Amino acid sequence: MNESKNLINGTKLRDNLSILSNELGLKKWDFGASISNDVSVQIDKGNPKQLKASQKSSITIRVWNDNKIGITSTSDLSKIGLKKALNSALEASYFGNTNETPDFSIAAKDELPKLERPLRKAYGVKKLMSDLIHAEEALLNKDKSIKSVPYNGFAESISERVYINSDGALRHIQSTQASLYLYARAEEPGRKPRSSGSIKVGYGAEDININECINEAASRTISHLYYKPIKTGKYLVCFKPEAFLDLITAFSNIYNARAIIDGISLSKKDSIGRKISNEILSMNDDGLHQSNFGACTFDGEGTPTQNIPIIEAGILRNFIHSEATARYFDTRPTGHGGIGSKASVSPDWPVVFKANGQTAKYPELNFKESNEEFVLVENLHALHAGIKASQGSFSLPFDGWLVKNKNKISIESATIAGDFINLLNNIIQVERNQQFTHQGVSPHIWVNELAITGDK
Amino acid sequence: MTTARLSQDFLEPHYIDDLFKKNLEELISYGISAGANFVEIFVENIESVGLLAEQDTLTSVNPSIGKGVGIRVFLGQRDGFVSTNDLSKQGLRFALDQALGMLGLDKSTQSILNFDGLSTLKDYGASKSNYLIDCPTLKESTSKLLEATHLLKKSGPHVNVRRGSYSKTTQEVVVASSDGTYCRDLRLYQSIGLNVLALDKEHRSSIGRRIGTEGKPSTLIDWDIEKAAIEINASAEKMLYAKYVDAGQMPVVLANKFGGVIFHEACGHLLETTQIERGTSPFANKLNEKIAHSEVTAVDEGLTDGAFGSIAIDDEGMETQKTTLIENGILKRFLCDRAGEIRTGHKRTGSGRRQSYAFAAASRMRNTYIEKGEYTPEQLIESIDNGIYCKSMGGGSVGATGQFNFSVEEGYLIKKGKLAEPVKGATLIGEAVEVMPRISMCANDLDLAAGFCGSVSGNINVTVGQPHIKVDSITIGGR
Repeated sequence: MNESKNLINGTKLRDNLSILSNELGLKKWDFGASISNDVSVQIDKGNPKQLKASQKSSITIRVWNDNKIGITSTSDLSKIGLKKALNSALEASYFGNTNETPDFSIAAKDELPKLERPLRKAYGVKKLMSDLIHAEEALLNKDKSIKSVPYNGFAESISERVYINSDGALRHIQSTQASLYLYARAEEPGRKPRSSGSIKVGYGAEDININECINEAASRTISHLYYKPIKTGKYLVCFKPEAFLDLITAFSNIYNARAIIDGISLSKKDSIGRKISNEILSMNDDGLHQSNFGACTFDGEGTPTQNIPIIEAGILRNFIHSEATARYFDTRPTGHGGIGSKASVSPDWPVVFKANGQTAKYPELNFKESNEEFVLVENLHALHAGIKASQGSFSLPFDGWLVKNKNKISIESATIAGDFINLLNNIIQVERNQQFTHQGVSPHIWVNELAITGDK
Repeated sequence: MTTARLSQDFLEPHYIDDLFKKNLEELISYGISAGANFVEIFVENIESVGLLAEQDTLTSVNPSIGKGVGIRVFLGQRDGFVSTNDLSKQGLRFALDQALGMLGLDKSTQSILNFDGLSTLKDYGASKSNYLIDCPTLKESTSKLLEATHLLKKSGPHVNVRRGSYSKTTQEVVVASSDGTYCRDLRLYQSIGLNVLALDKEHRSSIGRRIGTEGKPSTLIDWDIEKAAIEINASAEKMLYAKYVDAGQMPVVLANKFGGVIFHEACGHLLETTQIERGTSPFANKLNEKIAHSEVTAVDEGLTDGAFGSIAIDDEGMETQKTTLIENGILKRFLCDRAGEIRTGHKRTGSGRRQSYAFAAASRMRNTYIEKGEYTPEQLIESIDNGIYCKSMGGGSVGATGQFNFSVEEGYLIKKGKLAEPVKGATLIGEAVEVMPRISMCANDLDLAAGFCGSVSGNINVTVGQPHIKVDSITIGGR
């Protein structure tokens, strides 16, 4: 990886597209392109298992033809590839949706926010491999019950994105990123094997705290080794930050303008200003938050990334928008659009926090200190299967503990179920301390009376 | 595919000729002379189009074009894999050097192996060159899809959101490797989905159905949209007022077709050598032992005509086959790819599959199903006093230690041997080793359903299937 040189020649791409689109009589076009170089290693019992690298490029071109839009994606950035893609986009434009034609974002030429993030030098495959071998060995030595680390990986990448349109907008960003995951398997005679792990992300491999990852993976795995079934019933539940972020992201249709227009949201067009949660909860979507190592200063339509308040003291304050949804709602795009003939809208980086000036129903609850009996939910699984986002319901397997008088007993196998809006309204405590995770920021969140199905 | 050379790329997948073969041989020779035990080159050329119709409007037409190469090099049990869509000589040489370098090999390494060149091309795609001509045009496709969403409105009194989607992908692959393998295939995948969201005051239900085929250009034209619309609306209507199911342990009957996802997730993945290598399968040391009820015989194959998971060759160039996994409850075979064979000693089963050139192949399922039994579906229902009938399954997954879960999209209570009121919110939870012996009855109505499976080598097309089956006891997660 060479962090000093651009991977994409944006100017050349723009000039090529200008010439080719002129030949086809297309005056208005835009495109998003990306290139990335990735390296990753996996090991097995001290030996390298699979070592991977990839060089990937892709471009998505949109053309406007008599107020109808056509689109094509291609991995071929050569002149021949671009010509083929333009022709394909032109053909697609004849089927464009005249009821909703995306346009250039009104913010595509606005000044971008400053984002000073380091570009890290690559470790290279040998260093990644030797560090991972040492990490595996250290994790296996943490406890005699840990027999293997079946899922592991150390990866680094450099990537570049551009957005360019025929109106003169030109966006460019380059970034580096690295990740380490260790997922251990522990076994004890006469008991079921148990697994858990840890993921760490950074700008480069040098930023990854390998020891912290090892210690977390070991402690989490061991903490699940001695398990008991849980009795089916309603419980006081504390969600760890990762688990709560999983849920709120899965139900992001609540604040997604695209989902609202499409009729698959739990919110309606007039839901802004309505109470959707207990007043103790606030949440922003802040793609440029310091904990977001993959931050990008613009979205797929070139709109600058912004910090958008979503929930303020339980009140829904804003939806997230693309150019087209913002026009529909008569507001400005928020930097959450993708590039498409029907531009998608996606959340960026949820930041959950305790609302200023609000007092929780049970402010004394604390996941480390409380003596109450409660279920501490560590991870939720199978979100793709157990979330009914358009209905607002969930039924999900989870890893966690039954905690009483500060004693934690791992739960053998169980699911947690409920309605998401009810859950938001039944929040009885939002702890003060936020944790930075690889999927957002949140403190521990307490909810009363959630249904848990166990084996008893 | 076109017949004129389009670019100066070293490996131009549009034009497979002597030069193309010579260039492949040059790369493989280079890898072998650097000391690799085995070199494989996977060349892919892909074109697809996705359509989305919402309510009565076509809201998205998404074509995409791509090509790329995956290079895999083995040294003993280790392998290095590099993918690139830089198909120039310089780009491919860089990728190969990178793969060799991962294994500590370079041009100066002494080789003890020879590469004798590639065999004559086995062209499994030669008879399929009319695929694109025989498929409906974009105009015909959009019309059919809009007709389908319109019919959804006609037959659904409470339907609020109607969606129809269609995707067509043609994938041309060439596999060349240092054991002489040299083959080409052309694959045509089509997938059609219908989704509705029904709404009545505070009541909501959402139902989705999907069909998928391989190698059937007329799929979209042959699709019975009226029948599909009536079925999906009937399900949505029944589930609209369903109550949440009570949690607990109880017997269940799982319907045929997509009910087979339970076997796919709960057991099938654990029979892939990818899992055996990791030591994460509870069945690793159970070959020729009883792991399921004697009613259960299960297979994985790539042969069923038109099925979504059918393949002429796998992505490592091996011809497909029918693999009996479990016979009358006895574990007979694992699904094995090349890396699995090298690392576990099990023989390859033509199961090396990958989403695209960007993934190394891994042992994956194709069309996987439990064989039919001797009972009627009604006999299964009648045998239960108090349980659940899972008519339609949502998705599911299996954890690192074999725990599985599946959501039930459309479920009904069984009371005293008869179907009763609909219930929602049910999740089936368990572990394969515990549930497989509890499949006590298999009906005589085996049928298959298309799906997508995500795992180590990406998202691939598969078929799941089974007859109606009865599981004596399983945990139902609910409220």
